[in-house]
Amino acid sequence: MSEARYNTDSVGAVIPQTMHIDVPLAFKSGAVLDRYDLVYETYGTLNAAKSNAVLVCHALNASHHVAGWYTDDPGNIGWWDNMIGPGKPLDTNRFFVIGVNNLGGCFGTTGPSSINPRTGKAYGSTFPVVTVEDWVIAQAQLADRLGIGCFAAVLGGSLGAMQALQWSLCYPDRIRNAVIVAAAPQLSAQNIAFNEVARQAITTDPDFHGGDYYAHGVVPRRGLRLARMIGHITYLSDDAMMEKFGRTLQSGAINFHFDVDFAVESYLRHQGDKFAEYFDANTYLLITRALDYFDPAQSTSGNLSLAMAHAKAKFLVVSFTSDWRFSSERSREIIKALLDNRLDVSYAEIDAPHGHDAFLLDDARYHALVRAYFDNIDTAI
Amino acid sequence: MNRPELKTSRASSITLTGRPDFEAIAGWVKPGSSVLDLGCGDGLLLKYLHEHHKARGYGIEISDANVLACVQTGVNVIQSDLERGLAGFDAGTFDYVILSQTLQAMRHAEEIVLEMLRVGRQGIVTFPNFGHWEARLQILGGRMPVSSDLPYQWYDTPNIHLCTVHDFEAFCKSHAIKILERIVLHGGRKVSLLPNLLGSLAVFRFEKEI
Repeated sequence: MSEARYNTDSVGAVIPQTMHIDVPLAFKSGAVLDRYDLVYETYGTLNAAKSNAVLVCHALNASHHVAGWYTDDPGNIGWWDNMIGPGKPLDTNRFFVIGVNNLGGCFGTTGPSSINPRTGKAYGSTFPVVTVEDWVIAQAQLADRLGIGCFAAVLGGSLGAMQALQWSLCYPDRIRNAVIVAAAPQLSAQNIAFNEVARQAITTDPDFHGGDYYAHGVVPRRGLRLARMIGHITYLSDDAMMEKFGRTLQSGAINFHFDVDFAVESYLRHQGDKFAEYFDANTYLLITRALDYFDPAQSTSGNLSLAMAHAKAKFLVVSFTSDWRFSSERSREIIKALLDNRLDVSYAEIDAPHGHDAFLLDDARYHALVRAYFDNIDTAI
Repeated sequence: MNRPELKTSRASSITLTGRPDFEAIAGWVKPGSSVLDLGCGDGLLLKYLHEHHKARGYGIEISDANVLACVQTGVNVIQSDLERGLAGFDAGTFDYVILSQTLQAMRHAEEIVLEMLRVGRQGIVTFPNFGHWEARLQILGGRMPVSSDLPYQWYDTPNIHLCTVHDFEAFCKSHAIKILERIVLHGGRKVSLLPNLLGSLAVFRFEKEI
């Protein structure tokens, strides 16, 4: 057993599954979706007591494909594969791990590019504006169908962490631990401003067609590309970018033109191009809006401590020193609210140079901490 | 027959052997109370207080290794620099705020004691007594003291605010702090005769004067 425990292999080849949910979902906005599909993957084995389930929530551009690879696409490795697997910090030898593509997504879960059964056309601009609460309600429907009453933990980074936090509020009796990495209790004006620039890039693209571009056989690629470029800048620290690109010139000299001169320009264009190939522009709009609207303290006049009064879970909160998108100060706001409610919480500020993206990277101190936390989660309750 | 018993007793028996100041503190903390342990190290005291006194609380630590050790032990720990104060904590939140063997290494020693009494109803500090005769003797001999309680050379010591039992008492008096209890130790034993001369480790429990 001890050998398997520290065998840090991948979960291996995985197969996404689809859950058809026929219970109507009433969105926070008032909109209703009669039925929807959630695409998900699972790793490890659910124990007899169904007490070892962990839900992993994804951030802006990720999906249900959290760990492992696909037999027909072995290069497509899950976005948190360094964290989740046999012998990894979230050990699939002990835990049954679920990754789910959120509602409004573009990886198989019902979203703007799905066909609306009422019209026979893509939802497009008619897809409801979705909130973190709506996602959590849909995730709970999935948990019901998998027979999971209470999660051992819900875990996420960035927007994924906001879902974990929301779980502790929406379903305090269905979550024993919340692992909150690189999060904020709500977006700052600057955060919203960056999102707005990204959305403007998409909605002003002539190929956007008010969100119904599917019918026109085009995608607002230029807008999506710009949205990704601006977003990507906020995921990296100034130091990390300088370290990676410096002022390196692509052709060794400046060329007195407006095409690519600097390596960082080439990188951003490449990231933008890649992203525009696989991501749906309407999904990008929805997810950035869900970020903007996330604010658990909205119902308590901005008092996060009051808002967190319903929570019962234990918390691990982790931030990164160079994360300027969601700085450590934002995590400390969450800590304060948890302390005010006398909830069990540990908080670590990891000294990492990579910026917001650090939550996805393999940092020894960060991973040791998550491993230690999960080691103490009792799977036999 | 003995094996399961051995395992059980091992899992639940945390001892404070080697930390007489912790033993003194554990003797003071009332069952079921809330505790904030500043500079909590690997979380040993908090774990002990939780298991033996049903105390609930949090530790504050700056070191990555100690934060990890606390999480491994299952002790609540908040990674933070005490020099920045306790801004994240509201007034009167804890029954006890503990600062063990850390006061002498703090740049803002005065501020932290006042912060302890803002956040907690009572404060508990422990520190090496610079008035111990060995220290006095070494200074008389013309050298900075080095001992088992003060194991550093002048050039590598983290201790920048060393004080004596009498110094701390005078500090309390001038800051409207009421000392509730005092234990002075040497070699793990209580010293009642000439404590400022014969004791090497001081433990104080105090509150705000009303």
